[in-house]
Amino acid sequence: MLGYYLKLGWLSIRRNPILSGLMVAAIAVGIGACMTIFTVNYVMGSNPIPQKSDQLYYVQVDSWDANGFDENSEPVDQLTYIDAMNLMEAGKAFRQVASHRTGLVLEPTKEDERPFLVDVRSTHTDFFPMFDLPFLYGSGWDDSADKNQDQVVVLSREINERVFGGRDSVGERVTLSGLNFRVVGVIDEWFPVPKFYDLTNGAFNEPEDLFIPMSVSTANELPRNGNTNCWKELDGDGFKAFLAGECVWIQFWAELRNERERDEYLAFMNAYAEQQKELGRFPRPLNNRLRNVTEWLEHREVVEEDAQVMLWLSLMFLAVCLLNTIGLLLAKFMGKSADIGLRRALGATKGSLFVQHLMESAMIGLAGGVLGLGLTWLGLRGIEILFGDFVQNLVTMDWVLVLLAIGLAIVSALLAGLYPTWRACNIAPASQLKTQ
Amino acid sequence: MLSMQNVAKIYRTDTVETHALRAFSMDVSEGEVVAVTGPSGSGKTTFLNIAGLLETFDSGVYELDGKDVSRLSDAQRSGVRNEKIGFIFQSFNLIPDLNVFDNVDVPLRYRGFKGAERKRRIEHVLDTVGLGSRSKHLPSQLSGGQQQRVAIARALAGEPRFLLADEPTGNLDSQMAASVMGLLTEINRNGTTIIMVTHDPSLAGQASRNIYIRDGEVSEDSSAETLPEEAA
Repeated sequence: MLGYYLKLGWLSIRRNPILSGLMVAAIAVGIGACMTIFTVNYVMGSNPIPQKSDQLYYVQVDSWDANGFDENSEPVDQLTYIDAMNLMEAGKAFRQVASHRTGLVLEPTKEDERPFLVDVRSTHTDFFPMFDLPFLYGSGWDDSADKNQDQVVVLSREINERVFGGRDSVGERVTLSGLNFRVVGVIDEWFPVPKFYDLTNGAFNEPEDLFIPMSVSTANELPRNGNTNCWKELDGDGFKAFLAGECVWIQFWAELRNERERDEYLAFMNAYAEQQKELGRFPRPLNNRLRNVTEWLEHREVVEEDAQVMLWLSLMFLAVCLLNTIGLLLAKFMGKSADIGLRRALGATKGSLFVQHLMESAMIGLAGGVLGLGLTWLGLRGIEILFGDFVQNLVTMDWVLVLLAIGLAIVSALLAGLYPTWRACNIAPASQLKTQ
Repeated sequence: MLSMQNVAKIYRTDTVETHALRAFSMDVSEGEVVAVTGPSGSGKTTFLNIAGLLETFDSGVYELDGKDVSRLSDAQRSGVRNEKIGFIFQSFNLIPDLNVFDNVDVPLRYRGFKGAERKRRIEHVLDTVGLGSRSKHLPSQLSGGQQQRVAIARALAGEPRFLLADEPTGNLDSQMAASVMGLLTEINRNGTTIIMVTHDPSLAGQASRNIYIRDGEVSEDSSAETLPEEAA
C-alpha cells in the first residue's frame, strides 16, 4: 500500500500545485532558517576528537595574583614557562605536551619565490600521538630532539605542496626566519573543529602550517603569537627574564587514560602547587583544574550564548512556518472531503486514510526539506559574506546535517499534518457522496 | 439477507429534530431487485445510507446476512462495506485524476488483493460493462453513460452480495439510462441483489419489488403494478 499512498500523494500534490507549492515554501523557509543557525551551532559545538576526548585533559595550575580572588575564581587559562617546563620534566602523565603558537618567515629555496609568513606551533614530541595527527610522510620528532634542541620540523600537507610540490620531503631542508630545519614528517589533512588544543588563538582557526620543538623556539628566542598575560613585574629585561617571570602564555595538555590516572595527576598538580608556595610563588589558595576536551570547550563557552538564543529563535520561526502549513493542509484536506467520503464508502478504514494523508504530508515535507537545504546553503553563504574568513570553517554542511535537515522537514510536516489528517479522516462519508 | 426492524434515525440540531426514519422495517431476500421510491425528504437516501453502513441509526435492529451490524466497530463496518456492498451513485463519484482502471481498483486496494488478482478482476468487470478498451481513459474523457458504467464496474469488482444504487440513471439521458438498467438487470441475473432509490417510474417498473417510503416509514411494499399513482 505504501507505493499506492505515494502515488495518491503525488496526484494530490499535482492537483493543487499552488497550495502545495505554498506549503513546500513555508516548510522550506522554516527549515532553511533553522538549519542555517543549527549548522553554525553544530560545528561550533562538535567534538573535535571523539575517540579520546575523555582522556585528554587541559591542565590549569593557578599561579595568578591573590588580589581579587574569591571562591568562584577560575584559575588562569595558560601556564607560565617555568610551570610548563616543570610539569614536562616531571612527566607524570601517560603523555603530556606544552605548546604555544608562533609565526615565522619561510624562505623558499627557489630564487624566484618570495618568502612568506607561516603559522607555527612550538611544541613537544607527544603532540603528534596525543592528538592523533595523521602522517602523510615520516613522523613526528622523538624525545631526544626536544632535549637536544634539534632543528626539525613537521610540515602541513598544504605547505609541503607549496614548497616541495607534494613529494615526500622527509630529509629535505627548510629555512625559517634564518634558521635551518630538517623535515621529519608531513601531516595529512588535519582540521579539528573547534581547534580545541588552543582556544586562546581563535577556536575556529585553522591548525598551524608547521610544528617545531619548543626547546628550539625558546633557545632561539622566537616570537610568540597569542595571548600573554603577566601579573607581576618582570625581574629584569630580556627573554630570559620573561621566561622566568609570572607570565602565562603556554597551553598544557595531559593524556590520562582512566579515572585513577586523572586523580593521581590532579594530586600531583596540587602537590606541585604546594611546593611552589613554599618557594614563594602561587599566592592563591589551591585552585587547580583538570578538564577533558568537552568540559574545556563548555567552560570556554565555545558555543556562545547568543548563538544558542539564535537557535531557539530559529526553532520558533520554524514553528510559525508549521502553523501556516497546518492551515494550508487543513484547507487542502478539507477540499478533498468528497474523495475521502467516497473512499470510506468503498471500504477504506480511518486508519488507512490517516496513513495515506500523512504520507502526503511527508512528501510535502520531503520537498520542503530539499528546498530548505538550498535555502540553508544560501543562508550559510550569506553568513560567510557577512562575517568573512572568521566563520569560513563554521558554514559547511556534512551528511549528518543534510540528513537532519531532510528528517526535520519530514517530521515537521508530519506534525503539521496530524490535525488536518485527523479532521479529514473523521468526515462523515454519507454527507459527501450526495453532494459530489 | 437484509433485515431492518423498527429502525429510527433522527437528525438533531440545537433547535430542531428531524425524524428521517421512524419504525422503518423491511426484509430483502437474496436475488431481489428492489426499487425504493417516495417523495423528496421521505427518507430514501437515509435508508440507503444506513443500509450501506455509511450512517448509524438511533434505534431498531439491522441485520445483514444474519449479523447485527449496530455492534460493529468503524473498521469492521468499513470491512463489510468493502466485501459485501457495492455502491452506485447518481453523480458517478469517480475520482477525476485516476484513470478508469485505477478508479475500479480503489475498493480492491482496500481489500488487500495482490496485483495480479486485482488486474484480473478489473479487466473482467470492465469487459462486463463494455469498457475493456477504455481502461486508460480519464473520467473526463468519457460520456455520462460510460462514467456510470465505470462506477458499476467499480461496484462489481469486489463481487459484492448486493448493490445499493442511488438514482443510478438520474444524470443520464433515456437511451443511456436504458443501457445502464439493462446492465443492472444482467448483473441481477448473475445473483447480485440490487436495492435502488429512484424517482424514475420506468426504472422502478423493471424492479421485481417496489417499496414506497413516506415520512420515514414504508407505506407500500408491492410489485410494480400496484405502485401508488403519486410515485409515478
